[in-house]
Amino acid sequence: MAGILVIAEANEGALAPISGELLGAARKLAGEGAGSVTAFIAGSEALGKELIALGADAAIVDTNPALQGALAEVYLPAVQAALQQSGADIVLMGQTALGRDLGPMLAFALGTAVSMETVDLKYAGGKLIATRACYGGNARAEVSFKNAPAIATVKAKSFDALAPDASRSGSVSTIDVAGEARVKVLGVQKAESTGIRLEDAPVVVSGGRGLGDPSGFKMLEELAALLKGATGASRAACDLGWYPPSQQVGLTGKVVSPNLYIAVAISGASQHMAGMAGSKNIVAINKDPDANMVKAAKYAIIDDYKKVVPALIEEIKKLG
Amino acid sequence: MNIVVCVKQIPDPETPAASFKVDEAAKKVIPAQGIAPVVNPYDPQATEAALRLKEAAGSGKVTVISLGPDSARDAIKHALAMGADEGVLITGPEFEDIDNFQTAKALAAAIQKLGGADLVLTGRAAADWDMGVVPLGIAQILGVPCVTVAKAIEKNGAGLKVERVLEDGFQTVETPLPAVVSVSNEFGEPRYPQLRQIMLAAKKTVQVWGANDLGIAGEMGKENRALVLEALYVPKVESNVEIIEGDTPEEKARNLAQKLRAAKLI
Repeated sequence: MAGILVIAEANEGALAPISGELLGAARKLAGEGAGSVTAFIAGSEALGKELIALGADAAIVDTNPALQGALAEVYLPAVQAALQQSGADIVLMGQTALGRDLGPMLAFALGTAVSMETVDLKYAGGKLIATRACYGGNARAEVSFKNAPAIATVKAKSFDALAPDASRSGSVSTIDVAGEARVKVLGVQKAESTGIRLEDAPVVVSGGRGLGDPSGFKMLEELAALLKGATGASRAACDLGWYPPSQQVGLTGKVVSPNLYIAVAISGASQHMAGMAGSKNIVAINKDPDANMVKAAKYAIIDDYKKVVPALIEEIKKLG
Repeated sequence: MNIVVCVKQIPDPETPAASFKVDEAAKKVIPAQGIAPVVNPYDPQATEAALRLKEAAGSGKVTVISLGPDSARDAIKHALAMGADEGVLITGPEFEDIDNFQTAKALAAAIQKLGGADLVLTGRAAADWDMGVVPLGIAQILGVPCVTVAKAIEKNGAGLKVERVLEDGFQTVETPLPAVVSVSNEFGEPRYPQLRQIMLAAKKTVQVWGANDLGIAGEMGKENRALVLEALYVPKVESNVEIIEGDTPEEKARNLAQKLRAAKLI
């Protein structure tokens, strides 16, 4: 038994970005000797072909309609069937609404273990080693697995997807398996988002507890709007009720990797860094020269944001 | 309704990064000097959910369980002071350095020893290891459904209606009982224990159970971990920061804007 099973996901018939990232991770492991890559997806055979183009050696498509929009318990027997068919001893899935339940469920069903919110993976000495953040991002843990299969849920944007290659070949097979839904889904409500989505914004302006009061966010929103970006907040600011939790950037919030991240009055607790460390360019505006965020930044201003941000807005307007 | 709430005592997650130290050889966090451990920040919300359900029903019992060292009594006392009825402390050397799969086994065994529960509530994750695995494990072992990351819970006929937090919105589900539900920070403010309740809590019963009481001694211990801890370390941050100078905050801001424009970042 060897190989990797990737649990891919689709939204409204299109592959979710995490699917390509998981296949990118799986190809890396395959290159390190972990065996061939099988991708599992619920949906149509066309999705199976896309998964082959993105790096899978084989795809297993579960065509059972009961899986669409279903909770993890409905997926469990389907994934177990795919696991048996593939012979994989490593299972990768996304740290998504589905994966965060399915990973532990599968691990307990099979008497093995799972690494949650994994940020790095390697295959060495015949075993999978998963790296993950813990203690609010203050520490990293590397874990391995006593029993097979080794299971990891992978945090979004931890791996790069490969460019689709339509010339790649691989078998696409179908199964028709779904579990019983003890928990019934009554409805789904999208969070109302005004303007650009935080995760997609090329520029993010975020504020933290150092703003002193919620009114500081008005200033940050103005700067973000000027740069055609989105406004984020640290966990501490959201916990104080200064900004909506849907805009929280961090370990327990959104993960962003914009071209420009402007951190205003954010000390840079690891909890927050875990959500934005992938930003291409970081600017810190902070009173404390020793703040973690200042160390992580490309450019920093050590001063009172209440004076800096309005002047910055004015100058950017002038530059046009 | 018979409700069990699982709570955990953890190192204070607000510990400044500078005070956070790891013993890499022992693969353990070194407790920060003078910073007391706290109740996992998601757990009072689970207790709050239990108390609201009990109050809405007008009857029932809320039992709070914690697995940990003797100091975990403080986490139990906090829940008792909020209004929970009884406590159970699972403690002993067998539980040291166990993984979350063993933790789920121990908690499930304790729930069974209590005679089962209509509802088991937990926080969405413990903010130390931040995995969110234990509620799903308890549910799998007890053979009941699990609903994770709840922001609202209400009784709905013989079952529960639960609102869950998704990445981009909310989902409403209906679960039969018994069930396990994990509660998120979006649930709302937990009540703050009042002095009178703190005094009442001191009189409430806290049973203490070891691995032998639960019949699980053979499955506990670090050597029986399914998730093997290979390394634990503090990631290093390399700094290449350019501090933007200026005589006034306004001048610094102007210099920054020009820098960003020159670098084509704005």
